[in-house]
Amino acid sequence: MILPYSWLKDYVDVNVTPEELQDKLFSCGFEVEEPTYLGKNVENVVTGRITKTEKHPDADRLTICQVDCGALGARQIVTAATNVFEGAIVPVALDNSTVLHEGGVQKIKTGKLRGVVSEGMFCSGEELGITDDFYEGAEVNGILILDEDTPLGTDIRPVVGIDDWLFDIAVTANRPDCQSIFGMAREVAAILRLPLKAPATDYTARPTDVKITVEVEEPTLCPRYVGNYVADVKIGTSPRWMRRRLALCGLRSVSDIVDITNFVLLELGQPMHAFDRNYLEGDGIVVRRAREGETITTLDEKQFTLTPDNLLICDRKKGVALAGIMGGLNSEIKADTREVFFEAAKFARDSVRKTSRALGQRSDSSARFEKGMDAWTCGVAMDRALHLVEQLGCGTPTSCRADVNADPLTPKTIEAGYDRIDAVLGISVPHADMVAILERLGFGVTASEGGMSVVVPLWREDVDGYPDLAEEIIRSYGYEHIVPTFLARATVTRGGLDAAQKTEEKCKRVFQNEGYFETCSYSFYSPKDLDLLRLPADAAEREAVKILNPIGEDLSVLRTILAPSMIWNIVRNVRRGNDAGRLFELANVYLPKSLPLTEQPEERKHISLGIWGEGDFFDLKGAVEALAEAFDIKLTFERTQKPFLHPGVAACVKLGEKEVGWLGELHPAVCEELALEKRAYLGELDYAALSKKFAKDITFHAIPKYPDVERDLAVVVAEEVTCAQMEACILKSCKAVRKAELFDVFRGPVLGKGKKSMAFHITFAAEGDKALTPEAAENYFKKIVDALHKNFGAELR
Amino acid sequence: MDKSLEEILQEAADKFALAADSHALYEAKTAFLGKMGRLGALYKKLRELPEAERPAFGAQINELRRAIEERVVAIEEKLHAREMSARLEKEQVDVTMPGRRRRQGTLHPVTRVKNLLIDVFAGMGFEVFEGPEIETDYYNFTALNTPADHPARDMQDTFYLADGLLLRTQTSAGQIRMMEKKQPPIKMLSPGRVFRSDDDATHSPMFHQMEGLVVDKNITLCDLQGMLDEFARVVFGKNSKTRLRPSYFPFTEPSVEVDVSCHACGGKGCSLCKGTGWIEVLGAGMVNRRVLENCNIDPDVYSGFAFGMGIERIAMLKYGINNIKLLTENDVRFLSQFKD
Repeated sequence: MILPYSWLKDYVDVNVTPEELQDKLFSCGFEVEEPTYLGKNVENVVTGRITKTEKHPDADRLTICQVDCGALGARQIVTAATNVFEGAIVPVALDNSTVLHEGGVQKIKTGKLRGVVSEGMFCSGEELGITDDFYEGAEVNGILILDEDTPLGTDIRPVVGIDDWLFDIAVTANRPDCQSIFGMAREVAAILRLPLKAPATDYTARPTDVKITVEVEEPTLCPRYVGNYVADVKIGTSPRWMRRRLALCGLRSVSDIVDITNFVLLELGQPMHAFDRNYLEGDGIVVRRAREGETITTLDEKQFTLTPDNLLICDRKKGVALAGIMGGLNSEIKADTREVFFEAAKFARDSVRKTSRALGQRSDSSARFEKGMDAWTCGVAMDRALHLVEQLGCGTPTSCRADVNADPLTPKTIEAGYDRIDAVLGISVPHADMVAILERLGFGVTASEGGMSVVVPLWREDVDGYPDLAEEIIRSYGYEHIVPTFLARATVTRGGLDAAQKTEEKCKRVFQNEGYFETCSYSFYSPKDLDLLRLPADAAEREAVKILNPIGEDLSVLRTILAPSMIWNIVRNVRRGNDAGRLFELANVYLPKSLPLTEQPEERKHISLGIWGEGDFFDLKGAVEALAEAFDIKLTFERTQKPFLHPGVAACVKLGEKEVGWLGELHPAVCEELALEKRAYLGELDYAALSKKFAKDITFHAIPKYPDVERDLAVVVAEEVTCAQMEACILKSCKAVRKAELFDVFRGPVLGKGKKSMAFHITFAAEGDKALTPEAAENYFKKIVDALHKNFGAELR
Repeated sequence: MDKSLEEILQEAADKFALAADSHALYEAKTAFLGKMGRLGALYKKLRELPEAERPAFGAQINELRRAIEERVVAIEEKLHAREMSARLEKEQVDVTMPGRRRRQGTLHPVTRVKNLLIDVFAGMGFEVFEGPEIETDYYNFTALNTPADHPARDMQDTFYLADGLLLRTQTSAGQIRMMEKKQPPIKMLSPGRVFRSDDDATHSPMFHQMEGLVVDKNITLCDLQGMLDEFARVVFGKNSKTRLRPSYFPFTEPSVEVDVSCHACGGKGCSLCKGTGWIEVLGAGMVNRRVLENCNIDPDVYSGFAFGMGIERIAMLKYGINNIKLLTENDVRFLSQFKD
């Protein structure tokens, strides 16, 4: 919301600098985004009268002018402009000045033009940053010619209306009453403890026989509708002061009647509309829902087909305005308009919002209604508009007025005990201060011993309880009065993470210790990312939740599998020259129970792992094993096939019989598609399934009395025999084996084709209180060799 | 001792003196003292002597054995000392060479800050509650005093998934779920992912928030600031202060923006705080009575405060990260900097 300083001063005699005002507004809850001095780029430009002109001796298109800059003395300016003449008063940019030029700032210095000294430059309106709405003639092609009575040698900025500040104020959503110049003035007056001058709303209503009736069929969508007939309209141009103010707030002047509606919108925050009465059929206004398929063409010549969700302002025959959004083209104010019917109404914010969204049609009016208008201001705004009509002399206000008001305007009263206010704040605010603060803000206060009876002003629909009053009081009294306490009177409670939350943190620590960096990726990606995985059309992962209003297709489906995010993380890293890395993420996938979605989907935690550049499948597997070790679970790995994994380097991870994840090398074809020149290894684990089986606590096992005995075993087997099969066989064949660990695989011509040698460290446990003898170990060893031979044809090497 | 035995002793002493190392000495020693060695032969001879001569000869052999052993020990010590110093000489390493270890990974800065915050508040008795990321309209908005037509809904661009289902825009949704679950006293933190339809240089469509909620008897705005002061001291340094400014959130009344004194300049004004000495870090307020009522908590008995902060924002301020996109790009040159 733009607040011009000069306009604010109409209502409050502000006695502080703009900077001080900004600070005070800030501490009362209004952030000023950008206080701008309008003339900040126009420095050292003054008024001067051209006393003499002569042709430049060496350039036909240049004129040498002698200029009288009053007390600042005389200057010689060489100009190419053709509209200057002797006696004209013009803006003179002196040596070392700045003006606007093609969107930037230009420095002006004394220099020579074709050999003749020019001590500056004359300025056009554009170079001062102004339009005709600021100063007549500002938009002519040439130098701005100033009024005859302009004093000489003075700063140009006050002369052309740019010695002014604009405050861009962020108004919070609960304060629609501050979305106007006067609304902000009310706050400023209260803050500075200065009197507030209300805009004049008096006018003389000429009696008339004209009757224009208003019927509101939908009082919940239109709680108040005020209309007034204006006769003897002569459409003209608004005075400069009004045009300048509209321009300061970014609005173009249209015509006096239309400008009045816009002026009132800015000044009081009340959207208004003016109909040409001549085009209102049947002298009546009906506020009703549009009929299915009914159409209307708005002022900007866009046609809309409506539904009963849209509120329509109609005459006795047809729609004439889209309620709260924009008037109809059919009843627009034109140059020949002679009679006007003004509208100042309150439309329900959700109705305007829905229609505006549905039709894609927005306006300054709809923006205000969506924030919520109060019903009271409708009447004030109408009076103000009629006052301005009279002031500008563009028509005659009449006694033909309609005011349909669903709720009588009775102000709310809040009973607020002083102790209640203090209990919210935690400090004791002096009662007199409470009363004074509320009164300054327009509240009616009847103070008694224990508290206040507070009448809420009609424009403050946001206030409805004592906590609101506490807020009003503390923001004026000052938050610096709050004395920090440390839950002075609260109950002691036990805090911290629960077991499941701690487990997640521990899991992250496991991967951190394995050298993995934790990542954070978006919860959504492109449906194309599922194509990248070459998943078949009926794959479960394709049953993904779609965002109805995504930013773009790239971020439109919720993750059902984390792998695509990991792949892109790797690709991005490699493209940036990061040759190696290890990454993990612990995050939710979203698994819908049905599609389209009818209830909240399951949010299931997954672990995603990825490495590239350094290490291979077994490094990745090692990290998974580390997790299993940390939580004392037994995972098994089996060869598997996934469309996005290398067919020879892919495993599924099992916990008991349940498949809880996969890992493997990213398929070389996927790498080619991504132009990824590094091998990458990925894994994904169903954390939710794993964590159910995590060991809850540690159970101590007695340390064996005698040391284990270790033996190494190397056997030659056929290539197809897997390590897991061998291990299982070794463990099964002899109950004294504590563990069997593969430590070497060897292939070579000495072994023969299709053969490999596998070497295991085998650990035998001593039993009870007897040491394991070498003979016993030898016995066990033989049993194992026999079993391996029997099952796999293994030969001792 | 017999002359012949004296000779053996001399012979042994000569052999031992020739031994170049422990191994050669061992060989030589075995040649004399071993079962198959010279002494072995003497013992054999002993057994063949008539019984009467055995004690005297036996005593002599034993004497010889002790004498040989003494000599072995003397030379052993000398050799060992020499070998030890040779070994130590040889085994010098360049201690400036790098150690062997696995490089540590890191936790994401968002996780680090989240853990830090949990640490701060857990000590004050806050439990941690994580609500669903996909929320119903009721928990995300309506129950938080933000009905369908409320203009505050425009403050947040919401991703919708189906009628009444959305990606939560704020962890405040966790407030309602907690209060439905449990009567006061409540002290809760709710961290997690939140989503808004906003993607530009300074906004991510997904980020993290940390919600805090206290509901109990006699809770005041002073308590809110006291707690936030403590938070500021832990996160931004022990001289940090907070400042409250009026603001608006539908679910708190009064509502405040909370600024922390700028940790970069100590409040004097610098480029980080745009010369103001203060940095906006979070929103907070006293829980709106309607929110308590929505959760069947009597607002005439209980009061509370709530606060919510963007974890990314805190992380960026704390670590001096200048671009929010770095937090989701997962570049290892970025991630590797957040070492424990």
